[in-house]
Amino acid sequence: MLGQKLLKNLLFMLIATPVGNINAEIDLTGEWAPRYHEDLPERIPGPSIGEFHGIPINEAARIRGESWDPSILSVPEHQCKPHPADYATRGPSHMRIWKTLDRASQQVTAIRLHISWSASERTIWMDGRRHPPDYGAHSWHGFSTGIWEGDQLTVTTTHLKQGWLRRNGLPRSEKAILREHFIRHGNYLTHISIIEDDAFLTEPFIRSQNWVLEPFQQIGPYLCEIAVEVDRPQGTVPHYLFGQNPFLNEYATRHGIPIEAAMGGAETMYPDFIE
Amino acid sequence: MPNLIKNSCASLLIGLFIASSAYTQTSQNFQQVEIKVLPVQGSVYMLVGAGGNVTAQIGEEGVLIVDTQYAELSHKLHAEIKKLSDRPIQFVINTHAHKDHTGGNANFAKFGQSIFGGNVTGVVDGAQMGSQAKILAHENVLLRIAEENPPILFSGWPTDTFFRDKKELFFNGEGVQILHQPAAHTDGDSIVFFRRSDVISTGDVFSSNLYPVIDSALGGSIQGIIEALSHIIDLAVPALMQEGGTMIIPGHGRLCDEADVVEYRDMVIIIRDRIEDMIKKRMTLEEVIAARPTLGYDDQYGAQNGFWTTERFVEAVYGDLGGT
Repeated sequence: MLGQKLLKNLLFMLIATPVGNINAEIDLTGEWAPRYHEDLPERIPGPSIGEFHGIPINEAARIRGESWDPSILSVPEHQCKPHPADYATRGPSHMRIWKTLDRASQQVTAIRLHISWSASERTIWMDGRRHPPDYGAHSWHGFSTGIWEGDQLTVTTTHLKQGWLRRNGLPRSEKAILREHFIRHGNYLTHISIIEDDAFLTEPFIRSQNWVLEPFQQIGPYLCEIAVEVDRPQGTVPHYLFGQNPFLNEYATRHGIPIEAAMGGAETMYPDFIE
Repeated sequence: MPNLIKNSCASLLIGLFIASSAYTQTSQNFQQVEIKVLPVQGSVYMLVGAGGNVTAQIGEEGVLIVDTQYAELSHKLHAEIKKLSDRPIQFVINTHAHKDHTGGNANFAKFGQSIFGGNVTGVVDGAQMGSQAKILAHENVLLRIAEENPPILFSGWPTDTFFRDKKELFFNGEGVQILHQPAAHTDGDSIVFFRRSDVISTGDVFSSNLYPVIDSALGGSIQGIIEALSHIIDLAVPALMQEGGTMIIPGHGRLCDEADVVEYRDMVIIIRDRIEDMIKKRMTLEEVIAARPTLGYDDQYGAQNGFWTTERFVEAVYGDLGGT
């Protein structure tokens, strides 16, 4: 009897314990300031036209990049497109992370992100829900579910709208799957993203970004208002026809890079390509 | 001249292929098709099965549906609609004449009931007026359905047609606009705009997973497709950051919004421009196909097999732009 009572008390204490974490989950919440030391020229000033090296693109992606005309960004319907989930962390990305809890159980149902550029907001569902069916709508940030793997948050995102691998016309398809790992080391946060996209990539495309905890950060509002600044006939879509982009080789020439290297592909990711 | 004849014949064959029973995917096992229902917003739902997507608007006054898929699926579709509302189906709207969108017309007319007034009483085709749903469509849909061979049931023909640019009705507390899109997928296309729910049902002038089907034998054209897509973009108002807002139910494929239509419109214009440039360079159809003018878009919209392959699309655009 005494043993049973002791066991009951122990169980009660275990259940009633106010804090505790058997899954080694770490708190990611807070204000995070980006660090751009990694890939700075591409992330902030932006990539050049025809700067595709180091990306495992296929022929279809390359031709989209070669056809791309930056003037497309002045078409009204393109002006206020936000960076999609897989690119949002690359640009100006002052970030706030918070979590939503179920009041009764105090379980985390979702982890949410706000990123400064275009006020992007994402929800990472932590309650085990399934991804929507294939006939459901796609969004810039897709549908994300997360799990804890030790103290690292691993996120899988589907249902993305068609987006971009780089801001120079290299596309990422709506069929792509984005896998991410959020890893906190004290006041530093590392984010690793892996894009798998059979439509435009021959190998997974892996990138990483870093932030520093910044409790005093205040993310300002982001407004985007569409304005017609170029008077074009309706139905004009700026682009270059095959072989007619006059700027395509400019980047390679300026930097003394062989054209075939600048044009990208999986082989350009590896050191032996240089040889 | 031989090329011209060849292209004209090809266009005719495509049209016949689309309009004929081949287009109805006779090999499909309809018994295995599951109807999936997706609430869109407001009073509007999207029903996905085989064939074109069906749009249902549900409310106090009854049910309005846009397109009816294949006749073989009518009972399954009706069963799902009855789960949403026990009110009668009053209106069926056809976005165009193809059987994957109109095959269930006769069944749904029979399942439904509409209110007639004035001096319209009596019996038409054995059915008491008012004892079936009205079928609304552009006049050219009726003309095309009337030309069908083998003929389709008279009770599946549109009962109310319009011949100008639009027809409007107010149903279930919202304005519903049926807007004709001339010479696009066919010559009878309409898009249906639910103004309060803020949803557009596009029919086959827009599909999220397929190059536009240009049925030149039924009066379709690439320019008409582009104008229809531009019209949808003009009507749609996205919410914050170019997302959501007006929702778009495509003829085939997943639920969309304006940004998806913009991607599609851009793709159609870019491929049109590429083929036009090749025609100016006097390239033959075979040379154009070999030059792959759809490169960059095939994974999303192309097909190697089925009724509308990438090659058929290129061939249709080439012929439509005057390639010889």
